[in-house]
Amino acid sequence: MVKNALNKKLVRDFWRMRGQVLAIGLIMASGLGVLVMGLTTVEALDETARAYYERYRFAHVFARLKRAPQTLIERIAAIPGVQAVEVRVVANAVLDVPGFEEPVTAELVSLPSIGHSQLNLVVLRSGRMPRPRATNEALVAEPFAQAHGLRVGDRVRAILNGSWRELRIVGIALSPEYVYAIGPSALMPDDQRFGVLWLSEEVLQAAFDLDGAFNHVSVSLLRDTHPQSVIDALDRLLEPYGGAGAYARADHPSHWFLMNEIEQLRTLSHILPAIFLAVAAFLTNMVLNRLIAMERSEIGLLKAFGYDNREIALHYFKFVIAIGAFGVLLGALAGYWLGWQETRLYAQFFHFPFLLFRPSLAPFAIGAAVGIGTALAGALRAVRRAVALPPAEAMRPPAPPLFSRRMPSRAALTQRIELLTRIILRQVARWPVRSLTTCFGLSMSVAVLVVSMQWLDATEHMIDVYFRQAQAQDLTVSFTEPRTLEAARALGRLPGVLAVEPARFVPAKLRSGARERREALQGLLAEPTLYRVYDARGEALALPENGLLISSALAELLGVRRGETVDVEILEGHRDTVSLRVAGTFETYLGTPAYIELGALARLLKERPTVTSVHLRIDATRERELLRELKNLPGITAITLKSAAIRAFDETLAETLLIFVSFFIFFSCALAVGVTYNAARIALSERGREFATLRVLGFTRTEISYLMLGEIAFLMLLAIPLGCGIGWVLAFASLQGFETELYRVPFVIEPSTFGIAISVAVVATALSALAVRRRIDRLDLIGVLKTRE
Amino acid sequence: MTTQSAETDDRGRRCVLRARGLSKVYRAGEVEVHALRGVDLSLYAGELIVLLGASGSGKSTLLNILGGLDTPSSGKVFFLERDITALDDAELTQYRREHVGFVFQFYNLIPSLTALENVALVTEIASDPMPPEEALQLVGLGERMHHFPAQLSGGEQQRVAIARAIAKRPSLLLCDEPTGALDSPTGVLVLEAIERIHEELGTTTALITHNSAIASMADRVLTMRDGLIHQESRNLKRRRARELSW
Repeated sequence: MVKNALNKKLVRDFWRMRGQVLAIGLIMASGLGVLVMGLTTVEALDETARAYYERYRFAHVFARLKRAPQTLIERIAAIPGVQAVEVRVVANAVLDVPGFEEPVTAELVSLPSIGHSQLNLVVLRSGRMPRPRATNEALVAEPFAQAHGLRVGDRVRAILNGSWRELRIVGIALSPEYVYAIGPSALMPDDQRFGVLWLSEEVLQAAFDLDGAFNHVSVSLLRDTHPQSVIDALDRLLEPYGGAGAYARADHPSHWFLMNEIEQLRTLSHILPAIFLAVAAFLTNMVLNRLIAMERSEIGLLKAFGYDNREIALHYFKFVIAIGAFGVLLGALAGYWLGWQETRLYAQFFHFPFLLFRPSLAPFAIGAAVGIGTALAGALRAVRRAVALPPAEAMRPPAPPLFSRRMPSRAALTQRIELLTRIILRQVARWPVRSLTTCFGLSMSVAVLVVSMQWLDATEHMIDVYFRQAQAQDLTVSFTEPRTLEAARALGRLPGVLAVEPARFVPAKLRSGARERREALQGLLAEPTLYRVYDARGEALALPENGLLISSALAELLGVRRGETVDVEILEGHRDTVSLRVAGTFETYLGTPAYIELGALARLLKERPTVTSVHLRIDATRERELLRELKNLPGITAITLKSAAIRAFDETLAETLLIFVSFFIFFSCALAVGVTYNAARIALSERGREFATLRVLGFTRTEISYLMLGEIAFLMLLAIPLGCGIGWVLAFASLQGFETELYRVPFVIEPSTFGIAISVAVVATALSALAVRRRIDRLDLIGVLKTRE
Repeated sequence: MTTQSAETDDRGRRCVLRARGLSKVYRAGEVEVHALRGVDLSLYAGELIVLLGASGSGKSTLLNILGGLDTPSSGKVFFLERDITALDDAELTQYRREHVGFVFQFYNLIPSLTALENVALVTEIASDPMPPEEALQLVGLGERMHHFPAQLSGGEQQRVAIARAIAKRPSLLLCDEPTGALDSPTGVLVLEAIERIHEELGTTTALITHNSAIASMADRVLTMRDGLIHQESRNLKRRRARELSW
């Protein structure tokens, strides 16, 4: 019975303190929500990708080559460890989409004329497969179709081997090979300017002079087969056929990007929750301390009745666990929902044909354990104090707190505001731990925003350096086959072209000791003016007469320094392996490029200088005219507009980063609101009597509000520089965790980021403080004064 | 209604505060509590009255309404010529700020301010205050003005509260059980302070108590019962506070 009464007290306390319980619960839920969201999303994306790969038989090893007869299939299949082989024709072509001015680059992929694909199956989303031998039928990748509003029955034109051919879309499809569809030499997916089309094998063989032959191999492996052995065997086998080096699934661009994304998400789901849960622990501590201070006499009474310490401790722990459980429940629900939303967003972004969102119990169990543990840790000190009170002392009202004069000085008592300010400052000085806690909580809400928005700054800076400072070209044209310098320069006579600069891409393997890296060598003029070798620290470099100029990221991957040599295996032509000196390194934010002077490259290839692409600077007013001409030129695989690339970059970031940042803004607000609300409520309950006295003495509501809100404002003022500092440190630390082979995110924080972070936190704080302020209007002047607290 | 200001008592003292037909009904859950049932009362300039009564007799409710802390359910209160029952919250705040000094049973000092600062808190918002030091000297606390409440005894805290109440030279000093939390000798010290203020400043003073021993220091004694003034008597000779004990 008595136990029942205690439990009733628990329920009523819980209800009475619902505002504060809600505030703590929200903060805990934010942390747990992000934790659960991160874990479930990672789990779902992982599982979806795995299932997608498995169901649609995504291959394990891939290789491109010039041309090999179909009869080679049997020899490939005979490589130990190979399970299935799929050979195809894969080629790039320029596409003309009705209603879209710019040229589009397409990857054309063959579908077997006889039987079905063994690997990399397409997922037919609508329509049907092209009929074998139907020369004008094509499947189109869904993202590309969506970007252009293409439907089954629509037509597009493609230059197949020099002549325009009209293709009818008979079906729309997805493929595990193009989860992340990136055009040649692009950095980000651009569904408008790059698309995948599947055509009948015979049609592509005829169009690219590959009758009875293929130029692309995919291989799946038997269980427990190491890809490297198969890669080596495949390279040996394909060498006479112009093999450009086989690579494992791990290096497949689509897979690589996908895994990178999942990995970043995994990192993210650890940093943020830690912050929120730490603050939640502080807040639980604050509220519990207050609750116990107010319950002194009840505790004394319970002890006088004969309750032992264990029972009393248990009572308060139950209260804490109830708060924790509330936060956990809210966090689990929010996390589940957010996880589902986020997974769906990612699924859209990656174009998964289906989605497996079946979170295991693990994220929730982890969340619950962390949540309840945090709450208990936060309450431990307060409960220990409650238990330590001797009953007689507990029943006496607490002595008034002794303040110190040391804090604000005895300066002239001129202004009443000055006196009120002195109350505020002494209050802060009297409860330093509590003030610090509040200040820390508020500063974290600033810090969280700085950390998240720093990403926008960094990427903006990255785009600026990469596209605007380093590159002066407007347009890049890539050729199907290497051309002579003279043929390439002839593009300069096209309308609107102001300058032409040649470039030569050669697939290669770079080796240093045991380290190996596939990386195309990019041949450039000694002193390029359009597509420049640009050190991210802000200077353009000239290419050395001999040797390589490589990015420091590549140097690190290979473990070489300036002046040392790397072995370069050229993967075309004579396929020589040569030793080249690293003449210099430079900082890049994107990729791991390796440059060489065009003439030096030609000597390496034992040929006259040739060109695989040209960079153009153009007259913007004649862009349309030029694009029309370019579309009709034969032998071009891709036309890349820099402005479009920047746009694609921006759009991709908008899709991913902005979502991420808006989550952070929400959580930052939750943090600010939770901390402020709790601080203000505690002030009100502890000092209601003081506020009421002042009201009776003739102070206005505004003046009392100043007293209460001034303290929060003062702490916020301290929290701002602290938060900016913590944000700076956290941003720096989190960047280290995000460094990938593709990106090295620069550490850049714009002043405006601090400005926005501060504004958001201040507004959230002000709003929740004002919500509590309204309670000052309802202060019971008479009731408060007549009773002793 | 136009002649209130002319009202004087038999000694020619001007009427400062006049209450007519005051009643106050509280709703306490399901039940209605009639705290006041039509009280008529006049307070004259420079007078010291004691309101006696058991707890629940309505004396605190009456004092709260007179002091502008509460509003009556019906009836009117005139401060000089002004109907204070018609004032809004901001005007009531102004009324308290300028004209009323309160002393409570539990002192209600601001713990984070020293004695001097607690008094200064009020002098800074008053139009014609005395220096806070002087107010503290009046209650005999000139020596301890830089102490915080936690460093003062209960009697000392109450005397700071009195200094705080009178430092603005209020027209009315309202004391609600000022000795309620104190032992007899300390209570006498506090009453002496009130007496001195009353005599030196001529402040109209109303003092609530359930302790009839205190009644003999008043000019007039009003005894309340069941929300009405049950009895009124006049002390022909007031006793000095220091002569009291209980």
